[in-house]
Amino acid sequence: MKQYLLAVQFDETTPESEGEREEQMARTGRVTEEMQAAGSWVFHGGLRPSHATTVVRPGNGTTTMTDGPFAETKEQLGGFWVIRCDDLDQALSWADKCALACGCPIEVRPFDDGSED
Amino acid sequence: MDLDGVYRAEYGRCVATLTRLLGDIGLAEEAVQDAFAVALQKWGDEPPPNPGGWIVTTARNRAIDRLRRESTREARHAQALLLHQPDEPVEVGPVRDDQLRMIFTCCHPALSPLAQTALTLRLLGGLEVAEIARAYLVPEATVSQRIVRAKKKIRDAGIPYRVPDDADLPDRLGSVLTVVYLVFNEGYTSTSGPLLRTDLCLTAVRLARALAELMPDEPEVIGLLALLLLIEARRPARVGPSGELVVLTEQDRSLWNRELITEGHDLVRRCLRRAQPGPYQLQAAINAVHTDGPATDWTQVLALYDQLLHHTPTPIVALNRAVAVAEVHGPALALATIEELDLPGYHLLPATRADLLNRLGRTADAIAAYDEAITLATNDTERTFLEARRARLTTNR
Repeated sequence: MKQYLLAVQFDETTPESEGEREEQMARTGRVTEEMQAAGSWVFHGGLRPSHATTVVRPGNGTTTMTDGPFAETKEQLGGFWVIRCDDLDQALSWADKCALACGCPIEVRPFDDGSED
Repeated sequence: MDLDGVYRAEYGRCVATLTRLLGDIGLAEEAVQDAFAVALQKWGDEPPPNPGGWIVTTARNRAIDRLRRESTREARHAQALLLHQPDEPVEVGPVRDDQLRMIFTCCHPALSPLAQTALTLRLLGGLEVAEIARAYLVPEATVSQRIVRAKKKIRDAGIPYRVPDDADLPDRLGSVLTVVYLVFNEGYTSTSGPLLRTDLCLTAVRLARALAELMPDEPEVIGLLALLLLIEARRPARVGPSGELVVLTEQDRSLWNRELITEGHDLVRRCLRRAQPGPYQLQAAINAVHTDGPATDWTQVLALYDQLLHHTPTPIVALNRAVAVAEVHGPALALATIEELDLPGYHLLPATRADLLNRLGRTADAIAAYDEAITLATNDTERTFLEARRARLTTNR
């Protein structure tokens, strides 16, 4: 079994009504329940928008702190699922459901399982 | 058959089988290379009766030896896989299944289109990296880098080595057919250099034949094979004595390959009986009409283009349909159908427009359209053809 991160690329510049947001949450919630029933779910979470982000950087043996995300881009990490499945095809079929449920692009990334490069 | 011949014919099949046995394309390739090195020493002038089987057995034994010497996690994993595989003889069935798995892995949509093509040509077509680089006019280092990166992604991302299940098959088969079709197209009208790259055409036909053998019940697979055969049949007439391009309507039909045409027509009839038309089958049917009898029945071609456009409403199909519209309803109507088309950078749009304008007697507009087409054409032979057409107009004035 391999683990995959399904990361939601959320466009923070598109305004969303309260109703739309609730519908989206309901849809993604159903996908999560389906993952749990199938035994593929490991973990998931939705994130606060990037205005709440702080970056801590190392340098010269100490750290500095800055307000905001790494890069001021339109699309930010909005949430994620961690799933466990046999291969990329299974991960991609979950990603299909996630993308349709949240209406955002999903980045599918395998976890480093310690095998060599 | 000499060793080179065996290599070309058997490399892909052997790697496909070893990939199943070892669970990794890279390890499989190493093992097969090792086995060919042994063959070079042992075979002498006469290869064994079943050279492919010999290579697979030798590669498998060499892989076991190699894995015993190594202690990495992959090596242990591959060794465990190998030891748990039944010691099956190389039969036709499993070998075919292995190749089918391989082509779906190579054409996985999670890989870039160029990587899909390069991997398919390398692992199924048996082409060397240098040959692929020459065919696509890119540096050898670029091709080998793409292939290495794609193989790493297959391994690290966990792209499976199996035929997709029924739910995914139509989509995934689409990307396999696209790769084979693009390989053929690049051979038939190269992006640059000489017009034809016969080796690519033949590789694509060979892959399409293999797919049709593996999936005889998929109408679009049969459609693609029929399409390629019917275009390939006309290749000998496509280039004139001094290397110039000869368009379909001006080709010497006696040069066409009758055998391929007969085979293509049989396949098209097989598709028609199934009555599940798709874009490749419709294009094959169009080419069957072109190759039927002494001249093209344009009314029938247009009817098929109408179906194709309904099925695949792309500007390219609309452009090709316009040629049939001109033959059936005249150039004015044809011109009207392509006026709104948006195909930036595609030389055949202004080239088609130029031809239609010329037939309408609008010579100055035709010349301007030819100029545009000449600027956009990337293949020398096509450009020369367009320049010759344009020159006819200026001398006639």
